[in-house]
Amino acid sequence: MYESSDLRKGLKILIDGEPYIITDFQFSKPGKGQALYRCKLKNMISGYTMDRTYRSGDKFEPAPLTESHMQYLYNDAEGYHFMDTKTYDQVMLTADQVGDARNFLKDNMEVDILFFEETPIDITLPIFVELEVTKADPGVKGDTATGATKPVTLETGHKINVPLFIEEGEILKIDTRTGEYVERVKK
Amino acid sequence: MLKRDLIIRSLRNWFHSRGFVEVQTPLLVTAPLPEASIQTFRIEGAARAPGRPGMPLDLYLAPSPELYMKRLLARGMEKIFQISPVFRREENGSHHLPEFTMLEWYRAGTDYTSLMEDCESMLRFIAKDSGITPPDMDGHYSDFSRPFMRLTVAQAFEIHAGWKPGPSPDPDRFNRDMVEKVEPGILSCNRPVFLTDYPASMASLARLKPSNPEVAERVELYAGGMELANGFSELNDPEEQAERFRLENARRRKIGLDPYPWPEEFLHDLKQMPEAAGMAMGVDRLVMLLTGARDIREVTAFQD
Repeated sequence: MYESSDLRKGLKILIDGEPYIITDFQFSKPGKGQALYRCKLKNMISGYTMDRTYRSGDKFEPAPLTESHMQYLYNDAEGYHFMDTKTYDQVMLTADQVGDARNFLKDNMEVDILFFEETPIDITLPIFVELEVTKADPGVKGDTATGATKPVTLETGHKINVPLFIEEGEILKIDTRTGEYVERVKK
Repeated sequence: MLKRDLIIRSLRNWFHSRGFVEVQTPLLVTAPLPEASIQTFRIEGAARAPGRPGMPLDLYLAPSPELYMKRLLARGMEKIFQISPVFRREENGSHHLPEFTMLEWYRAGTDYTSLMEDCESMLRFIAKDSGITPPDMDGHYSDFSRPFMRLTVAQAFEIHAGWKPGPSPDPDRFNRDMVEKVEPGILSCNRPVFLTDYPASMASLARLKPSNPEVAERVELYAGGMELANGFSELNDPEEQAERFRLENARRRKIGLDPYPWPEEFLHDLKQMPEAAGMAMGVDRLVMLLTGARDIREVTAFQD
């Protein structure tokens, strides 16, 4: 059990049988009286957000969440399919649940899938992924200004901005937390 | 850090130019302020009990310099201020740290209205003297040039929460509506706001208003989206004060906390304390207000 003094941004708790993550948190002592904890909470399944105010002495159940290392198989009309490489169990996430992660998701990529009890609810990509450039226009000649970038298309179909020297067919290292180009990977 | 220094320097300038004396009172104390809602750090067996050989005595890190500063008033000092670290357990958030810097000032012979004048004059002086003007905080631009807004708690609750708290409102309802309705309401104001005249049950160490004993002569200053300072016309009736301390310690026992040691010396000296007013201001929050910092850790040197 968590106590109200454990409340902080990022904590995952169970409310009315559903997992919530604290997205914003404010400690407050109005009128120098009892401590209050104002929380913005996001339902980890529906994405629904709400405000709640808790008091010192309130107790919270941790959300029963587990993470499994899984391999991405394919996507179809239903959603995105993943397989546990040890047990061969397969699970599916909807396009909404995968969200922006789809921009960097490649066949056979190893990812972490978050489960609430038995239900998969979220995906975490590796921090760095390597993806091939499938379409790149040549950089404008003579433009050597530092920081100049151009858009290229990755093998996932997602477009990102990269330095002008990047060419089609090259492999790029990308930080999935920011979605930004890190460096070119030697072939 | 450089701006923090400029601001604190201006703060001292303001006090010294008005004849205040800077004082230092103990941070390691035998009897902290007995309040149910303030949790302190206790150091077990830190000293020996006087006159009782071999008896260990617990000391506390001061949660506020208030009791000692009032004892200085009782000994005849008239205008004093102090900038010191204070310690409060279990207070942690973007506006709270368990160790933070507090400014307290006291004036003999006045009431809480003089504190409001001090705040206005002080903030204007600091902005000018330090050369730092408060930035726009999500539209909470703090314009110090116009008179600060003054609202009683009753007015603020009627406007923002739709009910009027009496002399002893249900603390749960009061606190919840305070943080969920009243504070967001007054913080959307584009200049600092004084919230005054708290319900008598929330008087703490404040005097009740002579013309209306249902409220306490207490004032809180809100600016830049934060509660910045809290002050009052000081209660100087030792019997009434002792009764309130008994109540606070009873509240502590009720919620399973150890009562605080009885502040005998303070209550003794309180008999000599003249009419006075005193205010406490969070120095870290003052720096936040003037620099636009959103987290108190942005204005302290170390965060570990």
